[in-house]
Amino acid sequence: MLTYMVRRVLYMIPLLLIVSLIAFSLIKLMPGDYLTVARMNPMLTAESLQEQIERFGLDKPFLVQYWYWLKNVVRGDFGTSFGTRMPVFKTLFFGNRLTWTILIAATTLILTWFLAIPIGVYSATHQYKPSDHVVTFFGFLGLSIPNFFFALVILWMLVVIFRVGEYGLGVGGLLDSRFFDQPFSWAKFCNYMWHLWPIWVVIGTAGMASLIRLMRGNLLDTLSLPYVQTARSKGLRESVVIYKHAVRNAINPLVTVFGLQLPGLVGGSIVTAIVLNIPTVGRAYWSALQQQDEPVIMGGLLFFSLFLLIGNVIADFLLAWVDPRIRYD
Amino acid sequence: MARWLRRRKKTEAPPVDDGAPKEYVSRSQGEMIWRAFKRHRVGNVGTVIILIFVLLAVFAEFIGPYHYGKQFRKYPYSPPTTVHFRDEDGSLSRPFVYKTERTRDPATYRTTYVEDTSTKYYVRFFARGDTVFHLFGFIPMNVHLFRAVADDGSQAELFLLGTDALGRDLFTRCLIGSWVSLSVGPMVILCVFPIGIVLGGLSGYYGGGVDMFIQRACEVMLAIPALPILMAMGAALRGFGLSAGMVFMGMIIALAITGWGGFARVIRGQVLAIREMDFVTAARAAGAQDLRVVLRHIIPNVTSYLIVNATLTIPGMMLTEATLSFLGLGIQEPMTSWGALLTAATNVGAIELHPWILIPGIFIVISVLAFNFMGDAVRDAVDPYSIV
Repeated sequence: MLTYMVRRVLYMIPLLLIVSLIAFSLIKLMPGDYLTVARMNPMLTAESLQEQIERFGLDKPFLVQYWYWLKNVVRGDFGTSFGTRMPVFKTLFFGNRLTWTILIAATTLILTWFLAIPIGVYSATHQYKPSDHVVTFFGFLGLSIPNFFFALVILWMLVVIFRVGEYGLGVGGLLDSRFFDQPFSWAKFCNYMWHLWPIWVVIGTAGMASLIRLMRGNLLDTLSLPYVQTARSKGLRESVVIYKHAVRNAINPLVTVFGLQLPGLVGGSIVTAIVLNIPTVGRAYWSALQQQDEPVIMGGLLFFSLFLLIGNVIADFLLAWVDPRIRYD
Repeated sequence: MARWLRRRKKTEAPPVDDGAPKEYVSRSQGEMIWRAFKRHRVGNVGTVIILIFVLLAVFAEFIGPYHYGKQFRKYPYSPPTTVHFRDEDGSLSRPFVYKTERTRDPATYRTTYVEDTSTKYYVRFFARGDTVFHLFGFIPMNVHLFRAVADDGSQAELFLLGTDALGRDLFTRCLIGSWVSLSVGPMVILCVFPIGIVLGGLSGYYGGGVDMFIQRACEVMLAIPALPILMAMGAALRGFGLSAGMVFMGMIIALAITGWGGFARVIRGQVLAIREMDFVTAARAAGAQDLRVVLRHIIPNVTSYLIVNATLTIPGMMLTEATLSFLGLGIQEPMTSWGALLTAATNVGAIELHPWILIPGIFIVISVLAFNFMGDAVRDAVDPYSIV
């Protein structure tokens, strides 16, 4: 098991290398390069430009450039953003962006699991009842609404229908401006919550919908197994049969989803964060794309890829952990 | 999953054995699939909705009252035109509209449109428009499904869903936008299927080094985060100054490139399982060549999976296209799609003043929902032998 885990983690390195090569070629394919942007920048002197050219080998062929980039990366230097003149990851993570990204992803994950599992169980135990139909319909609806449109609709409802502005509440962003210089307080915390709930709702519904469907399906399959029938014929209470016998087994396959959801949440939050104006890494990546900030785009792609791989590894580990039948090597 | 949607079987009285010869019905597989599909009520509703959308798209230029690029300079951000069904005295009338005039509210200084009630413009069907368009690209005509025409023959603007910042009719643009929004899914699938079937098939059938190589390639594809890389590809495409049609093609290719990895993996799994079946061994023993075994014995057995996969992939592709176009990284002017139409709604101020610009989103939700329902019905139907 341990060798499997180590191997699985080490395998991420070649994968990341190839992904970085693909991302690098894509960025080099973009019309206009570092130099065209840099030459237009009056802040850059000819010497510093020359220094940049040498550092990244910008006058060399493509693969040599990649080699230069890789050499710098190994030294921990991912390059400097054109826009902010700061190191790449400082730009991407500027102003606690990384913290917010992970915080939003993690809280959404917890919320969806705490809500989706009971709803899925309820839906399965009330199969074909009207309440089951309602749950299923909303599940489908959650799958069918594009995140950005859902966010727009929430904004519209808050502003036009509920007129929250009249109560002194803003929409979009993380905080109302009057709290900017305030020390941390209960009111400030509440204001954070007020600005965060739309993103939870938007990126939570999509994940929840699929989770509810999975839980419902798994539990229905489990409930038809003979051992459940045995439990019933022993005269156990229905709640014991469901929660102690069936749910425990039905939940197992879901743990893989847990690891796979994490990167999905980080990716899915990009467009929602753009609409709701919440500072996340995705938003920084988006503005880098707008400005053709090549080093930052590169860093962003690597960041998202790393997240994806970590999620996959977590999924594999969790599955190996909960299911003793799975044996490796 | 969709078993709840099926009509509950009526409890019938057990047949009485009256000694008459029993009737047996034999049904072909196609027939059974069709019957199973028809049982899935919500799936049928979804299918009908999709058919309606397709019809609307096919006849878009005829149904939309104006050319989708026509700018009514006097009507930027005009709200949906009110269609009246009652006269001034309250009696029922043929539907009619009034011409509107843009004014500024003296107090709030907001632009409003005020109706000029002097002339009534009746909604007339099959009315002539001013420009000739080509239906299906080759039938020249200038008749539109409806227009607002007064008794003296003069016409008023009729914007069913309002207009955008340039005064273009949103209803027409939604219809034209459906060309891209509805076709993107099927077209991506047309690209992904050949790649996925060939690579997944090779990988599963031959195993060994080929399998090893293709699987590593799949893993790399799956390690690339889809949305961020698609955003980067969109930005790259945008920078080349290509025509709108080329950007659309590029987008489909980009979606296909990011999408084939997972698909090829599943095909590989299916082929691996089928390869071990007795009928494949029998075919081989009978002397069939590899190609024949694959084409005649293995591929037909994965078709049901392919169909299900296709109908369930389409909604995801539609959502991705909408997201990319919304961010300005997808479809470019003069082409448009539902997602691209929503670009106008990026800030709260615009939504507050002109809420009708959110309407294209409703088209997205309904069509994606319909595809999801249809996919669900198809998934249940292709396995018609399972007894519910």
